[in-house]
Amino acid sequence: MTVFAWIETFDGKAIPARWEALVAGRMLADTFGVPLTALIFGTNAGAVAAEAGHYGADAALVCDDATLQDFRLEPYAALLTRLVQDQQPKAVVAAATSRGRELLAASAADTDSPMLADVLKLSVGDNGMLRAERGGYSGKVLSEAEVISGATQFVTVPSRAFKASDPNTSASAAVSTVAPALGEDEIATKVEGFQQEAGVVNLTDAAIIVSGGRGMANNPKDVPPGTEGDPAVWKAKDGFANVIQPLADALGAAVGASRAAVDAGYIPYAHQVGQTGKTVSPDLYIACGISGAIQHQAGMRTSQIIVAINKDAEAPIFRMARYGLVGDLYQIVPALTEEVKKRLGK
Amino acid sequence: MTIVVLTRSTPDTAARVEVDGSGSVTWGDAATVVNPWDEYALEEAILQAKAGGGKSVVAAIGPEMHVEALKHSLAMGLDEAVRVWDASLQDADSLAYATAAAAAVNKIGGVNLVILGKESVDVGTDQHNYQIARKLGWTMLSYVSKILAIDFAAGAIKVERLLEEGKQIVTSRLPAVISVMKDINEPRYPSFIGIRKASKAEIPVWSLGDLGIPALTMRTRVAAYKNLPPRDTRSERIEGTPAEQAAKLVDRLLEEKVL
Repeated sequence: MTVFAWIETFDGKAIPARWEALVAGRMLADTFGVPLTALIFGTNAGAVAAEAGHYGADAALVCDDATLQDFRLEPYAALLTRLVQDQQPKAVVAAATSRGRELLAASAADTDSPMLADVLKLSVGDNGMLRAERGGYSGKVLSEAEVISGATQFVTVPSRAFKASDPNTSASAAVSTVAPALGEDEIATKVEGFQQEAGVVNLTDAAIIVSGGRGMANNPKDVPPGTEGDPAVWKAKDGFANVIQPLADALGAAVGASRAAVDAGYIPYAHQVGQTGKTVSPDLYIACGISGAIQHQAGMRTSQIIVAINKDAEAPIFRMARYGLVGDLYQIVPALTEEVKKRLGK
Repeated sequence: MTIVVLTRSTPDTAARVEVDGSGSVTWGDAATVVNPWDEYALEEAILQAKAGGGKSVVAAIGPEMHVEALKHSLAMGLDEAVRVWDASLQDADSLAYATAAAAAVNKIGGVNLVILGKESVDVGTDQHNYQIARKLGWTMLSYVSKILAIDFAAGAIKVERLLEEGKQIVTSRLPAVISVMKDINEPRYPSFIGIRKASKAEIPVWSLGDLGIPALTMRTRVAAYKNLPPRDTRSERIEGTPAEQAAKLVDRLLEEKVL
């Protein structure tokens, strides 16, 4: 009897949100009165297992096989499913990342098990079935979801919903090795290449986010003569690179954007926050030149502190901002960057 | 060669969605639209079916409300539409939905590719996407930002996926289920003729019996909906010159301990 927590890794290291799965897992394990087992697959699994022990895992199952070097759903799901079938854990928990979501959903389908995804709050009912609070309708309402039946219950937790505790370096997990479930020739999907975005702070893991919107086009700089294309695009890109990025660097923040900015070609879609972009939950969200349409709000409404910087005093964003600065972002943001560097000594 | 897209109707993105006195979710008289993420799936299906010389079929699992999404899809240019509905699917969880969807794909027959939107905004999850692939026993390729190559005859596909850390290129085999991202294409607006034709379309409805599956058992359910807690509406305007505003803001943020 145990609770499984899948510890996601990328490039041989546990991802930032991974220990949150252990926090949720620990709570479930304690409630069920069973040990917590961390599952780590892929490169460097042994080292990550040691860390898992510091964050609360009682035991760890590792599989450091070449077939698991890059995450692919087939071998990972086959292995998780086999472990679930063998050990019948009370629950399986993972961080709700792109990989966590598909791995748990796949294994839940394989084992005909219930799954609650992206849970904001989690508890165990008197009948031993999980109950969770989660968002619905683009986060505009909350739902109380519950498991009706199932020997093994699957749960994913979004980044920053369950804060990880400090590590206890004297604690350790008992590590065992398991064999992979599929051989390479049984796996249809092959990874051909990967283009990592250098130095990018993952939006969903970020504690601080600085975002730019359509207002980025109001750059006072002159477009260099001979520049092709829409001058607004050049101005906005210059703004993101030379005004937003420096503030983000000074704060150790990730850079986000509104849909308007992305659609206008000012910045790639990977940065989009909102209903058809990413949902984020930072401690601090600084919105620069963003009007604050409902669709954008849906993506950042759970930010702890929202700061709005906009020329338009009537922009909807000011209604949800804890601090509002009416003015030109091209004057305020550089001043803010200076001030941050001065005060935080960077 | 057949491509299938699953879609559903959801409240318009700008709608105010709330829980009313009786505990039901309501969006007043705001329009329902195709689940925003599905627009990209529908467009991709039209493009790929055209390129591959095959047909595209759009399916919805749900009550009457979802016919709107099917008609919009037909108006865009999907070739055929079908709806699956059965009273027992009323409170379908993702497993039930996925089981019905897989059965519908098998009933449509000759399907090489299922294209799905990244997630459904109403249920706020994507787990049904992956579960459809598992019920079909097909490869699942999620977060596809571009189909780089596809060979229906050879049964091979190559895609670019947008992950948290960057872009990944993978190859796999068909038949497959893929879920697509916003960047993959520019969804077309339905033409006037398309809308007119779609409004007259008679869309068949398949029951679980038609799909050859027995009544499904739900493993999860929504016990209740509730409104978001009231947001802290304290709000402070920080005035002054940009330098003054910056200084005051940093003071506040340090007090709030978010810096």
